[in-house]
Amino acid sequence: MSSSDVVVTGLGATTPLGGDVESTWEGLLSGRSGVSTLEADWVERFDLPVKIAAQLAVDPTEVLSRVEARRLDRSEQVALIAARQAWQDASFGDDGVEPERLGVVIGTGIGGATTLLHQDDLLEEHGLRKVSPLTVPMLMPNGPAAHVGLEFTARAGVHAPVSACASGAEGLAWAWRMLRNGDADVVLAGGAEACIAAITMAGFAQSRTMSTRNDDPEHASRPWDVERDGFVLGEGCGVVVLEREEFAKARGARVYARLAGAGTNADAHHITAPDPEGTWQAKAMEAALRNGGIAASDVQHVNAHATSTQVGDVTETVAVRKAVGDQPVLTAPKSMLGHLLGAAGAVESIATILSIHHGLIPPTTNLKELDPGVSLDVVAGEPRKMDLDIAINDSFGFGGHNVALAFTSP
Amino acid sequence: MADNQEITAGLAEIIEEVAGVAKDEVTSDKSFVDDLDIDSLSMVEIAVQAEDKFGVKIPDDELANLKTVSDAVNYVQANSK
Repeated sequence: MSSSDVVVTGLGATTPLGGDVESTWEGLLSGRSGVSTLEADWVERFDLPVKIAAQLAVDPTEVLSRVEARRLDRSEQVALIAARQAWQDASFGDDGVEPERLGVVIGTGIGGATTLLHQDDLLEEHGLRKVSPLTVPMLMPNGPAAHVGLEFTARAGVHAPVSACASGAEGLAWAWRMLRNGDADVVLAGGAEACIAAITMAGFAQSRTMSTRNDDPEHASRPWDVERDGFVLGEGCGVVVLEREEFAKARGARVYARLAGAGTNADAHHITAPDPEGTWQAKAMEAALRNGGIAASDVQHVNAHATSTQVGDVTETVAVRKAVGDQPVLTAPKSMLGHLLGAAGAVESIATILSIHHGLIPPTTNLKELDPGVSLDVVAGEPRKMDLDIAINDSFGFGGHNVALAFTSP
Repeated sequence: MADNQEITAGLAEIIEEVAGVAKDEVTSDKSFVDDLDIDSLSMVEIAVQAEDKFGVKIPDDELANLKTVSDAVNYVQANSK
């Protein structure tokens, strides 16, 4: 089969800003914060230095049936919810898609860690008999992808990239390759994460990468601001329907945007810190543009990874200037969403796609004073109106994973 | 000891909790797998809960023989203390 352009025809999400794409997008445009104080008893019990998180706006158990909810880890619950929305949004007819031509690629950073912890508690407290026979399918990191594959009878391949905070973006990149290879006509692609728990909060806090602005949660995530002090852990899921353009055209699908190119590589520098020169982040962006046949000077917008950490935020802007130039307008959705880890790249790709679709870039909130190391135009305060044809979404992960996705108008 | 009707009702409660099958679907002639669409993992959960509820032991090799609701009810009837 000949190589084919890849288009976006369906969007689904559940995030700290809303239970669907519409409310999430409205939240981003209005500069709402999804961050709040954690009420869980373990915050005080362990005297955790971080007492805030970006929790889901709509609890999955309000959407799923009781039995679905009890058989799925929370990371699987959000994946199923977002995938159903995306599928419905893509308006497949009664015939749907041939199972052999339908794929799923949904990544996660942590997977079913909360199931592992809960079942271990049951084992310790009550013994073997109380351990669920669903323990393994609930905790495995391919669980979110596998459940979505079952729901829609996807047989062209079901995959789960695990690359920390780049997992969601890598889901889209992998799906893009499947479609370009002709391995599928349609792929449900994205990332899922739901691991707000004592141990993850404690672990990230010990690595000194999280904001401790506990008395002011809404202003804690502040990418590029001089007073930023770390990221805010979030949870959620984003899933997009990607299709070969010929297939989408033949069925008369509504097209939001094109996923023109994807670039993935690795720093091989340090397990958590990005290469300070941003060399390989830049090369990922260059690869996405090259794969999409796009000139760097035509890129108008970068939806940045910017997590609100001291080092990472500035490094990324250095990489953007290196790969793309000084002209792109930047925004950092994590200022409102928090950091959804393995779901971040997928949810933020949806924001990028909608920016192209609506000609609107959401603001970066909490940006009082721009870091002097950043010499690019950052959207702050209000959304920016802009006729957008070409935009990049960046995602980088612990482990040195770099993913850049180049989206263009249809 | 509970009578057949009580055991069936108790079993139906467990099956609804674990597999989401409506209680009135759980009648004596129904097959767990073919009629009620209950998979082997759910059967393990149902067996553990039934052991607690009815005070019986259901070893794995016995569980494999419980194909229908009435198989299970009769087993509980015969083995509960």
